[in-house]
Amino acid sequence: MKLLAYFRSIAARFFHRAETESDLDEELHSHIQIRADDLERSGLGRAEAERRARLEFGGCERFKEEVRESLGGNFIETFLRDVRFSLRLLRKSPGFTTVAVLTLAVAIGANAVVFGVLDVMILRPLNVPQAESLYGIEHGNEANMYESYPDYLDLRDRNHSFDGLAGFTISPAGLDTGENPSQAWVYETSGNYFDVLRIQPYLGRFFHGSDEHGPNSAPYIVLTYAYWQAHFENDRGVVGRTVRLNKHPFTIAGVAPPDFRGTLVFGMPDFFVPLVDQELIDGASTLDARATHSVFMALGHLKPGVTPQQAAGDLNSIGAYLEKTYPTSHGSTTFVLARPGLYGNRLGGPMRAFIGGVMLLAGLILLAACANLGSLFAARAADRSREVALRLALGASRNRILRQLLTEAMLISLGGGALGLWGSLVLLRALSVWRPISRFPLIVPVTPDAKVYAVALALALVSGLLFGMVPVRQVLRADPYQIVKAGSGGPSSGHAGRRITVRDILLVVQVAICGVLVTSSFVAVRGLARSLDSNFGFEPRNAMLVETELSMAGYRGDQVPAMQKRMIDSVAAIPGVESVGLIGRPPLYGGGFGAAVYTDQTTDLRPSNAAATAIRFNISPEYLSTAGTILLAGRGFSWHDDKNSPRVAIINREFARKIFGSTAGAIGGRFKLRDGTRIQVVGVAEDGKYMSLTEDPELALFLPVLQAPMSETCLVVRWNAVRWNAVRWNAERYNRDPQQLAAANRTTLRNLDSGLPLFLETWNQQLGLALFPSRIATVSLGVLGGMGAILAITGIFGMAAYSVSKRLKELGIRVAIGAHPREVLTAALGRAFKLLAFGSAAGLILGILATRVLASIVYQANPRDPLVLAGVVLSMLLLGLLATWIPARRALSVDPLTLLREE
Amino acid sequence: MPPQAQLLPGTLDLLILKAVSLGPLHGYGVLLRIGQISAGALLIEQGALYPALFRLVRKGLLKASWGTSDNNRRAKFYALTPAGRKSLREETQGWNRLAAAMGSALDAQLEEI
Repeated sequence: MKLLAYFRSIAARFFHRAETESDLDEELHSHIQIRADDLERSGLGRAEAERRARLEFGGCERFKEEVRESLGGNFIETFLRDVRFSLRLLRKSPGFTTVAVLTLAVAIGANAVVFGVLDVMILRPLNVPQAESLYGIEHGNEANMYESYPDYLDLRDRNHSFDGLAGFTISPAGLDTGENPSQAWVYETSGNYFDVLRIQPYLGRFFHGSDEHGPNSAPYIVLTYAYWQAHFENDRGVVGRTVRLNKHPFTIAGVAPPDFRGTLVFGMPDFFVPLVDQELIDGASTLDARATHSVFMALGHLKPGVTPQQAAGDLNSIGAYLEKTYPTSHGSTTFVLARPGLYGNRLGGPMRAFIGGVMLLAGLILLAACANLGSLFAARAADRSREVALRLALGASRNRILRQLLTEAMLISLGGGALGLWGSLVLLRALSVWRPISRFPLIVPVTPDAKVYAVALALALVSGLLFGMVPVRQVLRADPYQIVKAGSGGPSSGHAGRRITVRDILLVVQVAICGVLVTSSFVAVRGLARSLDSNFGFEPRNAMLVETELSMAGYRGDQVPAMQKRMIDSVAAIPGVESVGLIGRPPLYGGGFGAAVYTDQTTDLRPSNAAATAIRFNISPEYLSTAGTILLAGRGFSWHDDKNSPRVAIINREFARKIFGSTAGAIGGRFKLRDGTRIQVVGVAEDGKYMSLTEDPELALFLPVLQAPMSETCLVVRWNAVRWNAVRWNAERYNRDPQQLAAANRTTLRNLDSGLPLFLETWNQQLGLALFPSRIATVSLGVLGGMGAILAITGIFGMAAYSVSKRLKELGIRVAIGAHPREVLTAALGRAFKLLAFGSAAGLILGILATRVLASIVYQANPRDPLVLAGVVLSMLLLGLLATWIPARRALSVDPLTLLREE
Repeated sequence: MPPQAQLLPGTLDLLILKAVSLGPLHGYGVLLRIGQISAGALLIEQGALYPALFRLVRKGLLKASWGTSDNNRRAKFYALTPAGRKSLREETQGWNRLAAAMGSALDAQLEEI
């Protein structure tokens, strides 16, 4: 009943507002009149009586306000009135409003973008039903998830914890639908893959475990929705059609649902093929090999009620069984469970650390922005102290004034939030279609959802509250009488110069945050610069990579090296090509082949007895000279190092040092591989980077292709920049040269075999993958650092400008009695500079501590680098100078006469 | 900030109801009546009366209508509704109980405990 009355009253207030207002006015007026009548009767004149009556009554507005409050429906109405009033005020100071809204937009936008990425990469589970119980199997002793196929089968069949265990690996394949053969990325999966993931097909059917009857028995492919859309134009008739995959016929069984993008967050396959067809796709089968890691990841749903710890225990007992049964191929075998989306902790660890770190920095940006706006608001409130005092004196309650100030803050923060969100959506859309590396299906599949909007809104509200609260104390303490009497300067601001105020603390916090951001971006940029400068062990400039997979074109066994020789010879004949070398898979390719190395004396070749693991490269005789890898001792390979001659190898310096003690001692030395082959060292090459830029020195082993053939083929084509350009010398042509060379390469190789799937790019382009993490880190930190710097500039500028304008009169007097410019500056800005120095120092120290996490991503990120330290100090100084320049000019140009006249 | 600290919270409403129960009154009349019946002991800030009056109208305890005052001025007159009469009765009993309890508690002597 009461509630009903309340709502009725709200409605009445809304619809009859003007009526009630005039009613109230009239009633109060009549009250005063009647009282005046009384007073008149007691002998006062009419005018005096009315004056007395009004005085006795007190502030009309205050009581009206109380009446309005007692009438309910008031909250909304007051709020609307506050909004209107605030909008009017904000429109009156467009500069302030623009700066404030933009500052917040940038800060909130940055947070929304980072959160969008964080959400997709880390928070959101894979797009499969019951993703919370989906786990991948990771090795206990290293952050990696690969298994051999026989091990996978053992794990699948012997475990009691998983509700089915699927496995998959990623591989390139040439798909020929009858037209131009194109290269695609394939998940080779276990037959039960879709059933384990509990997914239903969008079209047709999936393949199942029951389709597998031994090697090459299930020639079915399942297309992803995106690939089906892009390459089959949504043709529902594709089901049942036969396509050729690496020249072998496969039947399209079905299409996966649109929201299923495979079981890795960042890489999307084009289609799925049963792993049992490995030989058809990769040209060779490793399904029987216990020691070859043909399964990239094994994953499955835990049975209800089984914890990850219990499952790990279960798997470890299988590990112990494998260790005991296959001692030649298994060392210590333990397992843990990890989330599959980011390949367990291998990528997940550093990515979580990095994205978390960036999120933290973005949060700091927002905090800095709030500090910035907080001091702006405090300054504004101080400037408005006269207005506030008047309103207080006229009977406004402090609550009411605070509410209005907060409304103003909220309007700005919501405006900033909306603008920031809009910007971040644009950015996130761009991110989601971005293909950072053309060679790999690497994606950042950000699809901003309600969570991103909610976060942006929450951040806007929280930050509005944060900076809106700053001037509250100021208003609460304000004494209207004193302020009105003393003029806008007010007694409180007269003391502000001597004590530590909220504004000072805000400025120090803000400068410190900016220091952290600037420090980390410097560290990242410096790290990237160093990693670009570092010695890779080869020369990527003026070289092109021509990649192909001979098994895709149907080459087998001895045909492979023969074809490779023909490819080298024909490409070498192209004019402008200086030399051509061949390598199976180049270094820093994003994955390589490891080989266990045993000393010559070892007879028991079990994994635990290996002397070391080296990274294996299969190369042609010309590779080292073409790649620019320096041979330190011994000889290179020749085409006579073939199957009929003794096995030889070239090792790198680290290998020589670790196994043979020295470079000189290594030549002629022997070592063994896992299969027992004895190999003699004929040469020692310089060290290089092989797997990642951040790796410690690794052992590398080069084998001649004729003795260790490999169908994966990469030609390194070095062109002679000078001669190639001398033919048609002009700048434009110069840029297009690699493209012309690529075209020439393509024609030449297509003439050899038109069915070769080719992928050409310059070596520098290919290195994009290796440099990708540090580039991303540098760009994001650079952007954040820049934002921090801008915020610091505006913050310091605001503070300095404000303190100069507040003390203009004092400065004028100082100038009038003959102060030096330096003394004037010290008086005006000394405090700002002290705060700046203090904040910078704090920021630098915090930044150095914070950038430790960078070291794992950015190569050679060392925060204690003197160049970084000098850079940070210098840029903070510059920022300070920049920000105080205008206020300092203003302080120096003070004209005492004008000032004093103004009073 | 109530100007008269001795006026306990909630008592103003009760006083208004009592004043109006003796016959319809306009706002100023309520003030005069309260001064009269309390023999001048209770003074109420003039403006502070109106929020209370509007509150009581909203609660349905008073009803208001425009009329003409003794000295021929247009004024809003307040009268008790049946709900207001009931409320006044209950509140008065409650107040008397409280006052009696407070009085005896404050008069208590050591030997009575």
